[in-house]
Amino acid sequence: MIRLVGILVGLGFAFVALISFAFGIGPAFSVLSEHGHFVEPTAEHEFHLEAREPEGGFAFEGPVGKWDVAQLQRGFQVYKEVCSACHSLNQVAFRDLTQLGYSEAQVKAEALTWNVPGIDPDTGEDVMRPALPTDYFPKPYANAIAAAAANRNAIPPDLSLMTKARHDGTHYVYSLLTGYRDPATFGLTSGETLREEFPEFETPEGLHFNPYFPNLNLAMAAPLSANAVTYADGTEASVDQMAQDVAAFLTWTAEPTLVKRKQTGWWIMLFTLFVTVLAWFAKKQVWAPVKPHRRKD
Amino acid sequence: MSFPWARQYTPSNGLTRFLDEKLPLPRLVYNAVGAGYPVPRNLSYFWNFGVLAGFCLVLQIVTGVVLAMHYAANGTVAFDSVEHIMRDVNWGWMLRYAHANGASFFFIVIYIHIFRGFFYASYKPPREMIWLIGVVIFLLMMATAFMGYVLPWGQMSFWGAKVITGLFGAIPVVGEGLQVWLLGGYAPDNAALNRFFSLHYLLPFVIAGCVILHIWALHIPGSSNPTGVEVKQESDTLPFHPYYTAKDGFGLGVFLLAYFLFVFFMPNALGHPDNYIPANPLSTPALIVPEWYFYPFYAILRAFTFDFILPAKLWGVLAMFAAILVWFFLPWLDRGPVRSGHYRPLFRKFFWFGLIPCMAALFYLGGAHAEEPYIMLSQIATAYYFLHFLVILPIVSSIERPDPLPYSITEAVLGSDKKAVLGENAEPVAV
Repeated sequence: MIRLVGILVGLGFAFVALISFAFGIGPAFSVLSEHGHFVEPTAEHEFHLEAREPEGGFAFEGPVGKWDVAQLQRGFQVYKEVCSACHSLNQVAFRDLTQLGYSEAQVKAEALTWNVPGIDPDTGEDVMRPALPTDYFPKPYANAIAAAAANRNAIPPDLSLMTKARHDGTHYVYSLLTGYRDPATFGLTSGETLREEFPEFETPEGLHFNPYFPNLNLAMAAPLSANAVTYADGTEASVDQMAQDVAAFLTWTAEPTLVKRKQTGWWIMLFTLFVTVLAWFAKKQVWAPVKPHRRKD
Repeated sequence: MSFPWARQYTPSNGLTRFLDEKLPLPRLVYNAVGAGYPVPRNLSYFWNFGVLAGFCLVLQIVTGVVLAMHYAANGTVAFDSVEHIMRDVNWGWMLRYAHANGASFFFIVIYIHIFRGFFYASYKPPREMIWLIGVVIFLLMMATAFMGYVLPWGQMSFWGAKVITGLFGAIPVVGEGLQVWLLGGYAPDNAALNRFFSLHYLLPFVIAGCVILHIWALHIPGSSNPTGVEVKQESDTLPFHPYYTAKDGFGLGVFLLAYFLFVFFMPNALGHPDNYIPANPLSTPALIVPEWYFYPFYAILRAFTFDFILPAKLWGVLAMFAAILVWFFLPWLDRGPVRSGHYRPLFRKFFWFGLIPCMAALFYLGGAHAEEPYIMLSQIATAYYFLHFLVILPIVSSIERPDPLPYSITEAVLGSDKKAVLGENAEPVAV
C-alpha cells in the first residue's frame, strides 16, 4: 500500500516537474537560437568585468601573508583625505589604529583632529567635540536621509566591511577605484565594443560608467586623481598606488584579525597533523592483532 | 539488547563500585561506546560519520553558548554585536568562524552519514527506528541552521528569512496568517529575530535528546556493516573500545584538518558576501540564496514554474517538504531482502549513476541564478529525485537478483568462516 501510494506520489511530482520543463523549454530555446545564449544578453551581462589583481598582489594574501604596515598607513591616509568625505567607517575605533603601527600618543593626536558628536557637560546640549581614542570614526552624514540628499539619492555605503561584503572584495575595491572608463570607447579585450554591441546603452546623467560595478553605472564619480594625497613616506601617489593602498586598508578594517588568524591556523594545523599521525599509528597498533590474514581454504 | 558475548562492566575500585550502585553512569558509557558494545569488525570509514556528527553537535553547542554570551538579538544592534565578537571579544573571531564553518561541516558529515545509509540500506529492518529518528534529527538541524543564519542580521539573513517564511504563505487559506504568526509581523523584524534566537538556542538540545534516542535505538540491533549481513557470532564483532575508538580517533583527526583549513584559511568561502551588509528591508539582493547545505531543496523549490491545477509556488513548497519526508518511508519503499549496495547490482547502478549525479546537480543548481538553462536542469533533476525514491527504488528492490552474500562477517573479512580469529566458531559452514 505504501509503495503504491509512493509510486503515485513520485510519478505525480515528477510529472508536474516535467510539465514545468515542457513549458519552459520552448521559450528557453527560442532565446538560445536568437542570441546564442539562454539568457538575453544585456550590457550588464556582457561587459561587466571580474575584479582584477594589482601587479604583485597584496602582502597579506596567501597562507603566510602579512600586513604591509606602511601600506596600511598610506591607505588610512587615503581614506581620511578622500573617502571619509562621504563614507563612514562604523566598525572601526581610533584605538584600533595602534594596530597600524602608530603609538598611543600618535593615535590620541590623530583622534583629536576628528570631531564627533558629544554632549556639553555643562549645558547638556548636543555639541561636536574632538574625538578620543575610544571613539569610533564619525559618520560624514547625520543620517541616511541627509546622506541620500547630498548624493543624488545614492547613500554612500559604510566601508568597514566592504572587502568582505563583495565577492573577491579586496580586488573589487582596487578594480573599481581604477576602473572608470569612457562608455563611448570601452571595449573588451576580445575586441567587442560597448557602443557597437549595445548602441542604446547610456550612462544616465549624474552616474559614472565603471565596468567593475555590477550594473556598470554608479553614482560615485572617480574619487582618486593623481597626487590627490601627498604620502608622508614619499611614495608616488598615482591612482593605482592609492587604490591599492586603500584596498589594503579596507581589508584590514574588514578583518583586523586576518593575519593573526592565519598565523594561529598554522600552529593549529601542525598540532592537529601531529595528533592525527599519532592516532594513525595508535589505530594500526590496536588493530594489528585482529587484522585479517585473508586466505582461501 | 547487545550480544551475549558482550564484555561486562566490572567496577574496579571503591569509587566506581559506589557509582555503579548509586548511578551506574560509567556502566552506561561502557556499554554504549566502550568495550561493552560489540561492533561488526568490518566497518569502513563511512561508519565514522556518526561519531563525527556527534562531535560536530558538541562543537556547535560549545562555541554557540560562548557566542551567545556576546551576541545581542535585537535588530538595531545584532549586526554590530557580531562585529563586536569579531573585533573586540578575545578569540571571538575564532569562535564565530568555528561556529559558522562548524555548521557547514556538520552538514557535510550528516550528508555523508545519510548517503551511507542510502547505499547500505541501513534503514531496513531491524533499524527502521534509528532511521526515522535520524530523519527527525536532520529536519531539526535544518531548522536550527536556518534560524542561526538569520541571527547576524545581514542582508542574506533578512531576505532568507523573508523567502523561507514566505513559503508558508503559499499554503492555501491559512498560509498568510501562518506566515505572520511565524514571524510575529508582516516582515522579519525584532519579533522574528528574537524568537529565532530563542529557538536556535533551544533546538540543539532537542537534537541532543534525539541523538540519545538515535543511539539507544542503535544499540538494540547493533550497528549495521558494509556487507549488510547481520552479526551471527562473536568472531563477527570487536569491542567498540579500543578498536573503534582508535579508528574513529584517526578519522576525527582527518576531519579536523579539513575543518581547520576552512576556519583559519578560508573562513568565508562557504558563506555569502551579502551577509556582511547590514539587513536592509528596502534593498533586495540580486540573488537570494540560502546556505549551501539547503541548495538541493532550494533547487527543487524553484523547479516548479508552471501552474498545474495548483499554483507553481505551492507545488514547489510541497515538493521541497516531500523531498525530505519521503526519506521517512524508505524502510517500506525498499523491500529487497539484501541491504548492502555491494550485493545489489541494479540498485547500485541507480545509486551511482542516478541518485549521486542528481544530488550533485541539485547542489549546484540551488545556488545558481534562477535562469536558463539552470531551471530546466533542476526540473529534470527534481523529476529524477522523486522517481528514484518513490518509483525506481520500490521496483528495483522487487525485481533485482542480488549477488550471493557472504555467510558471515567473519567470512567476508577473513575469506573463510572456518578459522575464526576471535573465539571459536561453533557452526562451520562450507561455502
